[in-house]
Amino acid sequence: MSTSTHSGSNRIPGAGRLTPAKTVRFTFDGQSLTGLEGDTLASALLANGIHLVGRSFKYHRPRGILSAGSEEPNALVDIERDKSRKQPNVRATVQEIYDGLKVKSQNRWPSLTFDVGAINDVFSPMLPAGFYYKTFMWPKFAWKTIYEPKIRAAAGLGVVPGESDTDRYSNRFAHCDLLVVGAGAAGLTAALSAASTGASVIICDEQAEPGGALRYESDVIIDGLPGFEWAVTAIAKLRAMDNVNVLTRTTAFGYYAQNFVGLVERISDHLSNPASDMPRERLWQVRAKKVVLATGAIERQMVFANNDRPGVMLASASRIFLNQYGVAIGRKVGVYTSNDSAYAAAIDLKRAGIDVPVIVDTRDNPTPAVVDAARSLDIEVLTGHAVFSAGGKRRVSSISIQPTRGGSERKVAVDALIMSGGWTPSVHLFSQSRGKVAWDAANERFLPGTYAQDCVSIGACNGTDGLQATLDEAFAAGGGKGKPIVATGGPNWIGGMIGSAPGAGADTTVKAFVDFQNDVTAKDVRLAVREGMHSIEHVKRFTTNGMATDQGKTSNLHGLAIAAEALNRPIPAVGLTTFRAPFTPVTFGAIVNHARHDLFDPTRRTPMHGWHQTQGAAFEDVGQWKRAWYYPQAGEDMHTAVNRECVAVRNQAGIFDASTLGKIEVVGPDSAKFLELLYTNPWEKLGVGRLRYGIMLREDGFIYDDGVVGRLAEDRFHVTTTTGGAPRVMHHMEDYLQTEFPHLDVWLTSTTEQWAVIAVQGPKAREIIAPLVEGIDMSNEAMPHMSVREGTICGVPTRLFRMSFTGETGYEINVPSDYGRAVWEAVYERGKPLGLTPYGTEAMHILRAEKGYIIVGQDTDGTVTPQDAGLTWAIGKNKTDYVGIRGLLRRDLVANGRKQLVGLKTVDPTTVLEEGAQIVANPNQPVPMTMIGHVTSSYWSENCGRSIALALVIDGSKRLGETLYVPMPNGVIEVEVTGTVFFDEKGERLNG
Amino acid sequence: MLLIKCPYCEEERPELEFRNAGEAHLVRANPIIEQSDDDFAGFLYFRQNPKGLQFERWRHIHGCGRFFNAVRDSVSDKFLTVYKAGDPRPDIDTLLSPAAAEPEPPATKRPRAKKVEV
Repeated sequence: MSTSTHSGSNRIPGAGRLTPAKTVRFTFDGQSLTGLEGDTLASALLANGIHLVGRSFKYHRPRGILSAGSEEPNALVDIERDKSRKQPNVRATVQEIYDGLKVKSQNRWPSLTFDVGAINDVFSPMLPAGFYYKTFMWPKFAWKTIYEPKIRAAAGLGVVPGESDTDRYSNRFAHCDLLVVGAGAAGLTAALSAASTGASVIICDEQAEPGGALRYESDVIIDGLPGFEWAVTAIAKLRAMDNVNVLTRTTAFGYYAQNFVGLVERISDHLSNPASDMPRERLWQVRAKKVVLATGAIERQMVFANNDRPGVMLASASRIFLNQYGVAIGRKVGVYTSNDSAYAAAIDLKRAGIDVPVIVDTRDNPTPAVVDAARSLDIEVLTGHAVFSAGGKRRVSSISIQPTRGGSERKVAVDALIMSGGWTPSVHLFSQSRGKVAWDAANERFLPGTYAQDCVSIGACNGTDGLQATLDEAFAAGGGKGKPIVATGGPNWIGGMIGSAPGAGADTTVKAFVDFQNDVTAKDVRLAVREGMHSIEHVKRFTTNGMATDQGKTSNLHGLAIAAEALNRPIPAVGLTTFRAPFTPVTFGAIVNHARHDLFDPTRRTPMHGWHQTQGAAFEDVGQWKRAWYYPQAGEDMHTAVNRECVAVRNQAGIFDASTLGKIEVVGPDSAKFLELLYTNPWEKLGVGRLRYGIMLREDGFIYDDGVVGRLAEDRFHVTTTTGGAPRVMHHMEDYLQTEFPHLDVWLTSTTEQWAVIAVQGPKAREIIAPLVEGIDMSNEAMPHMSVREGTICGVPTRLFRMSFTGETGYEINVPSDYGRAVWEAVYERGKPLGLTPYGTEAMHILRAEKGYIIVGQDTDGTVTPQDAGLTWAIGKNKTDYVGIRGLLRRDLVANGRKQLVGLKTVDPTTVLEEGAQIVANPNQPVPMTMIGHVTSSYWSENCGRSIALALVIDGSKRLGETLYVPMPNGVIEVEVTGTVFFDEKGERLNG
Repeated sequence: MLLIKCPYCEEERPELEFRNAGEAHLVRANPIIEQSDDDFAGFLYFRQNPKGLQFERWRHIHGCGRFFNAVRDSVSDKFLTVYKAGDPRPDIDTLLSPAAAEPEPPATKRPRAKKVEV
């Protein structure tokens, strides 16, 4: 037999569909290898005679390539383009090779062929299922500090990349009449059928090439063409149609409510040098009127001793490697089966010149036709026999055969073994769609039963046998009219066995693997049952069967059958574990997609943001807003800068960007009535041009928001809210307006972003801005504290509020956002010679705390009433209704013993309390102490020359003058309970 | 992600445009100030949370902004109907009768191009 030296010694000339001239260089654990364009990593490694690809999870056993598809549990590798583009646990059977591909094996040290961890295999009798749970329980502290870190380091497969992913991912939404999942014979036929009616169709397949089983079925003729040729023609036909979107390398991973299906399209993982603007993957969120599931079936392994040796492979996989990639998986290949389908593999291999010494069939009377076909090619067929064990370590070297009823053992030398335990219909997506599976007892398989959505399963995943029957079913599912497609040949999905094979039964202790990826053997499943796990959900968790990244595609049914046998109950009574998304692992990149870094959440900036930047402001995040926090000058730390800003406001004036305040325009003849219902305060009698501080409650009586409201006209109010509260206040108002008080004629408009707000606060505030203002009499008499006027400033229309959140004479200049920065700069230039100082949110917080003004969400926490906060004065005494009026009458809200807002002064004035610190009455009581309150706001006040704090304390208003204690790690801090106003208690400065 | 039909926009839109607003048909007493403690507690805190059909409020917050009501199966997530705020509570038996299920699925009613990329 001649071999091709270019692309591996096991490449069979003339076999497969790849082009021999198109070679690709790649490395595996540093070894330079050659494959062909179109190879998967698995086929390229096998072409080079490499079966040993990784080490197993728990026992570090040598592992090879089991399958040729996405169900692969064993051949997981690490692929690294560069430091940040590194992916662990890549299935070698899915990854296509490209020039320069760098592959590393996983879970081995120091090397794949010599792995120290393999000692676990020797000690495996001491490492049964549940071993971790039972062994590492004492002492308790050791789990976190010793056991878990050690076990985590020893177990596991790939290593998580250490750097942020620099790849790009894209996202698309799509609607279609029909989504077809799977482009095998069934899926293609359904798509052709539907497309012919003009319906919009999306068809996706996880493979690079269409065809499904047609890629390896050698005897199929469809519509007069060999199967694979027909598939290629069909795809070309579909691609040419405007109403069809063909997506290859695209996995449907999740099926959600209302026919919403998530797909991931792999765009560049198979390319050597993807363009820099090319996404790595594209997430498709598809809404289909109807979904056609043509997901096929997955071949199961035989469960026998050492069935995990490299070189032991599913029969169908050997056919794909041969017929698609032209690769012989061995030169002397044994066959072990329990159904007919493996015979076709044996015949394909034999015809390609590969020695097939024996077919071992557990059945006493297999279908005579397949047996005869094999024997006519001089393949020995042993019926009623079983492979009891596979020999060899890093590669299977022999198989031990015995009659299933016992008898003498025979050893046959092989360099590969293919096996078929039968076919498991892929009902994963059907089950995800909340459809209920039904047990087909005759054929021992779960099939789609009751449908929950507008969806249909066709072909192998529906248990439909025979190619012609499949095509007829598919054609009907597509809704096409006319002549169905005619086919001959094709696979048979029936037969096989589930559970352990002869020689791996309940009386044995051999390692017959059920779940390769999590190293779960038949013995482990039986142990779980003996230990009292009687539900399959418990068995699964105790053994971890089916819990690895392959989600038990080859193992679930075997595990279930072994558990059922051990429990002596029928399989449907033991139950099937739930199938959940994703079908195969999905990268975080595809899910997170564009929502990273700057695009994770919108950033809101005020019109004056650029100015703050030029002044070197430090910013803080407040919700989505960036707010100027403080403006450090050369050599200043935060503390120094903030102190300077606070003093400047009280002595000269400060300028503050208040644009982030929420603003809502309330308009209409019933505006005042509406506000009466939404706020505790009275509004009907508020004069035009006047302001009022309003408190908004929830129905339960607790403070929801606060803000100053101005009456601009009889039927027009300018409402302000807290920065963070604006959207929910608007939502709350709309809710009541639309659903509780729809009789009121009121319109609400969010105007937060329409107005820039420049606060000028301090004794020189009027002097600074008055020369810039036109059309408003700003004298104390004409425009007192808490009033609003409309006019112009710097020629720009303004709503000028005289109000204060600092306790100083102050104005808040509202101008249209576009003029915000220009007016700000004009005001600043005008005020600078008079000492006008920009101040940030930190100074704002301190200045308001000096005056005892609360911040909703800091000094309140959703359980604070106006009375608790010392704001009883803001409740309209004669009102008969407002949101929260009934809540305030609740017994617990009027009872004694509520936490009330007070001021705290530390006995040592230089000590600044920590916000959130707990307060006790007696520091000498035993721990745990009775806590009577907590600090809500605490600052150093340069203006007061001491620390100040606000706190919520049980019965606080009755404790004025009392000494309380704040226990801290470094000792107990003594504090005096005071009123909440620390500066200008009489409030005279407001009216300056 | 669910598709939800807004009874004001008369169109199915993605769930992202909506916000759930809790149980529907809770009545705020008038005058609320005279409501008994027990009744008020029921209004404020006690909710049905049934397994199966539930009446709930939604707001088309990133659309027309309107609040409306819906009947949804909390197990299957299927919407049986949506209706405007203030409309009477629909009768479940009528909704579940075969006659009510007869009208074509909303998706076919949509006067839109076939491929819509949002």
